[in-house]
Amino acid sequence: MASIPKIIAQRIVLGLLTLWVVSLVIFAGIQFLPGDVATEVLGQSATPESIAALRESLGLDLPFHVRYFSWLMDVLRGDFGTSLATGRDIGELVRPRLLNTLFLALMTAIIAVPLALVGGILAALYRNTLFDRIINTITLASVSVPEFFTAYVLILIFAVNAGILPSLADVDASTDILGRITAIILPALTLTLGVLAHMMRMTRTSIINLLGNQYIETARLKGMPEWRVLVQHALPNAWAPVVTVIVLNLAYLITGVVVVEVVFVYPGLGQLIVDSVQKRDIPVVQACSLIFASVYIILNLTADVLSIVMNPRLMHPK
Amino acid sequence: MNQTSTQPEPDRLLEITKLRIEATIIPPGERPQNIALVDGVSLILERGKVLGLIGESGAGKSTLGLASLGYVRGGVRITGGEVLLNGQDVLKKSTRGLRALRGRTVCYVAQSAAAAFNPAHRLMDQVVEASVLHKVMTRREAEGRAVSLFRKLGLPGPESIGNRFPHQVSGGQLQRVMTAMALCSEPDLIVFDEPTTALDVTTQIEVLAAIRDAIRDTDVAAIYITHDLAVVAQIADDIMVLRNGGLVERGTTEEIIVNPKEKYTQALVSVHHIDHEMKDFGDTAPILSVEGLTAGYGGGQVTVLQNVSMDLHPGETLAVVGESGSGKSTLARVITGLLAPFSGSIHFEGRVLAPGIALRSKEDLRQLQMIYQMADVAMNPRQTVATIIGRPLEFYFGIRGAERNRRVAELLEKIELKKDLANRFPSELSGGQKQRVCIARALAAKPKLIVCDEVTSALDPLVANGILTLLLQLQRDEGVAYLFITHDLATVRSIADSISVMYRGEVVRQGAKAEVLAPPYDAYTDLLLSSVPEMKIGWLDQAISSRRMESAGN
Amino acid sequence: MTQSASGMFRTGIRKFASAPLSAQLGTIVIAIYVLTALFAPVLAPYGEAEIVGSQFQTWSSSFWLGTDNLGRDMFTRLIYGARNTIGIAILTTCLSFSIGIAAGLAAATLGKWLDQALSRLVDVLMAIPQLIFALLLLSMFGTSIPSLIAVIAFLDSTRVFRLTRALSINVAVTDYVEAARLRGEGLLWIMKNEILPNIIPVLIAEFGLRFCFVFLLISGLSFLGLGIQPPTADWGSMVRDSAALITYGDVTPLLPAGAIVMLTVAVNLVVDWFLHTASGLKED
Repeated sequence: MASIPKIIAQRIVLGLLTLWVVSLVIFAGIQFLPGDVATEVLGQSATPESIAALRESLGLDLPFHVRYFSWLMDVLRGDFGTSLATGRDIGELVRPRLLNTLFLALMTAIIAVPLALVGGILAALYRNTLFDRIINTITLASVSVPEFFTAYVLILIFAVNAGILPSLADVDASTDILGRITAIILPALTLTLGVLAHMMRMTRTSIINLLGNQYIETARLKGMPEWRVLVQHALPNAWAPVVTVIVLNLAYLITGVVVVEVVFVYPGLGQLIVDSVQKRDIPVVQACSLIFASVYIILNLTADVLSIVMNPRLMHPK
Repeated sequence: MNQTSTQPEPDRLLEITKLRIEATIIPPGERPQNIALVDGVSLILERGKVLGLIGESGAGKSTLGLASLGYVRGGVRITGGEVLLNGQDVLKKSTRGLRALRGRTVCYVAQSAAAAFNPAHRLMDQVVEASVLHKVMTRREAEGRAVSLFRKLGLPGPESIGNRFPHQVSGGQLQRVMTAMALCSEPDLIVFDEPTTALDVTTQIEVLAAIRDAIRDTDVAAIYITHDLAVVAQIADDIMVLRNGGLVERGTTEEIIVNPKEKYTQALVSVHHIDHEMKDFGDTAPILSVEGLTAGYGGGQVTVLQNVSMDLHPGETLAVVGESGSGKSTLARVITGLLAPFSGSIHFEGRVLAPGIALRSKEDLRQLQMIYQMADVAMNPRQTVATIIGRPLEFYFGIRGAERNRRVAELLEKIELKKDLANRFPSELSGGQKQRVCIARALAAKPKLIVCDEVTSALDPLVANGILTLLLQLQRDEGVAYLFITHDLATVRSIADSISVMYRGEVVRQGAKAEVLAPPYDAYTDLLLSSVPEMKIGWLDQAISSRRMESAGN
Repeated sequence: MTQSASGMFRTGIRKFASAPLSAQLGTIVIAIYVLTALFAPVLAPYGEAEIVGSQFQTWSSSFWLGTDNLGRDMFTRLIYGARNTIGIAILTTCLSFSIGIAAGLAAATLGKWLDQALSRLVDVLMAIPQLIFALLLLSMFGTSIPSLIAVIAFLDSTRVFRLTRALSINVAVTDYVEAARLRGEGLLWIMKNEILPNIIPVLIAEFGLRFCFVFLLISGLSFLGLGIQPPTADWGSMVRDSAALITYGDVTPLLPAGAIVMLTVAVNLVVDWFLHTASGLKED
């Protein structure tokens, strides 16, 4: 069996490679556009001269690999080019929004992860009881409900009827931290409801699988109290699967974040990408996709590495 | 330890009376049913004695063993009787009372030590856990005791082996560590649940001797559960024979082995006696001739078979014997064409057999059939018996419709199964029936040679015996030759005409059965032969002492 | 033929009768949705895109659920929405399964080179979150219904591919497939007779789950204004168009969203039950 640093290095190289291929896919997208971006952007008013000028400014007259590498180099320096729609620097456009989105995701994780862990472990311990069945039902419901439904129901309850929380989360640079937190309570709650049940259910499954192991029976036959069996014999083996569950679900948040940001008019990356798709502002869509993909790949990589580090068979090779 | 309870008979450690244990099973598509796993069984175990529980799978022996710890597995419950341990009814104890008992008064040794140890903790932590938990001794004392137990059990590096993790230790060693774990808290009783079943024979004898000595030297009482009468005869004072949850017979080991009263016990004792005339093939041309076969995996990086040659005559049974890692299964894969060899040749009826299935003619494929170890995964669960047996008829001979059904019925008769089984699915058959259907499938192709890969090792002894008898009968009727791959020397003795002994990918000894099984032996064959448990009291002592003498002589 | 058809019908009735309440409920809900989709023009009081009143009228006897932002009848559009949204989701799921199963079986049985190529491709495709990838592709190909179906089916087929491949490989290494190979059976025969019968129950269940996923994804995209485009009635875009009413405490926007929820819950209930019964092998 290979050593841990080597396996981890392999995974990281593989992750970087994937990221590189993804960047290629995202960039190559332009190539397959039906029609020409320049014509598309300039619309009916296009003159041959203005099209040629735009093509040149976009570098569309250069060969593919040249454009790709110069784009890649720029991206690595944090320069994503300029927006077609507004002409603004994409880096400037993206940065505050990325922070907003990360803030929202972080808040959601802070609420959802502890709840999911405790709920999942309890459901595993008291499986086939009422508590377990309730969790089961909620899971079924939550995988069936689109985020916008949850969002509007929460708005109806907390913003419209109770009037205690804002229905919009349109924060800007001047909003203070308290305002920001108040603004994103409902968005974060929506996202939490989206991932919580699933996370709980997966935690429950991995704990139950673990409790089915024979060494758990061994521990019980030593006369250990159930809580010590759980703490001493189940948990040390549970971290790897549970951490994987959590990280994979956080990665799933990325999808949820887009819809939620649109519903609550929250100025994040999700809202930006939706706006840009509507305007066919390709460079911005590219930048946002690349950022989302990177976060996603990094999260998956983290799950991978953590589960390797926590595997006793790899930690203590023969 | 101070016993406050009154003990009417101080010698009596465990007394189980009319114990009944039930489980609820849910057959697919039917209502849940209650079945009795243990049905009215009683037993008495005196302090320091060893009781052997013997029976086939489903006999309820593990369930009974675990009941002495007041423990049942999921979906199972104790519905009647009592289990008195040191005069107290275990079944009436509270959870706390049970906990005080488990790991302290009674300990358990599981079949698979590899699964029974927690992969996240070092061995020493797990070995001393119960002793420290029940405050039998301090951690330091427990570790000292563990080390001396490791030494007693013949573990290498007794001082340091406790620092290892379970996956860093071999299966046979792990089983011994598990025994040390059970002995560490100085219990009154240990339940051994098939502790040597998963081990190779040459390892089994070592572990068996270590367990036996440890039991004797520590004066602990034990319940020893196994399906192998020859094994339990070496270790137990008394034996109980169980079948379908009920008691068949109990007696001293000598009574059961030498003078069994019940028919079922007699069958178990005489299980390996099959009348088989060894045939002589003298100068007949071999049907299968393997020459200088070298094979392996990973494009030449791993060599599993080295320069293997053997001949097999029409109507002959050639047994290929070896332990895990001997390359015997790889040999089967090469001969059947699943794996191309690096070098060497295979001749079949005088013509060269191509190295892969795709290159072989349909006729070659038809004449060389295979039967697998695990019958339940060798049949498609979604095909009926008729489809399974009928397909070779259809594929090789173009037989369809009513004629096919007639032939399927004929084949079922040949393997001694009822005709109406044809419409069943494999999941509705018993283990022995499944293997018979697989034999019928091979037979349907009218082959000249059948490769049998450990075909009886997953079956209970009596069922296995039936299969072997059937195979010999079919050989007499059809003149088919068998390449019989096995790790079980008892089977080999029963049915082989000639034998090849394999060790680490090489043939170390081969020839007619009478020659191979007669001295002088090479070292490995000697080790292998002397490791097979014999249904004889005192065999273990003899085997171990002659082994010690030999190693001293060397 | 009629006999076997009526026999199947009777088997179906018997199965339905023996199902748990949740699955029965699910089946009924699905049946209602399908009937609504099929008979939409008969059931709907007005035309799909017909402007029949002023904007945002409240619930009344002539407009049961009021009117939308352009003065179209909400009830009518809700009914047509069943036809459009479900139809497109089913079409997409079918396309996704055709691609995924074909590629998965090919990768599992045809061998190393193809398997490696397809698996690595799918790894990369799955390294980008699905919704983001969909947005990227839609921004390139535009948001017409055919490109929507193609893009989602393509992205979703990666999941079907992985499942089919894993299932087939599990079956392909069993002894009974080896026995068939040793008999000299051809690849297609093995696929059809040995592998497919063993993986189809799981794939059917997966079809239900993937349908829900695709359905939710398309609704989500429509809600974002990037899926099914006006004037085609569709539940996701109906929520978007009438969302403003929520701030006045009007629950009308929740109705199309509720329609989505009901259908996915119903499909999930039936799939749950199917997975339970599929573990028993004898079919009748």
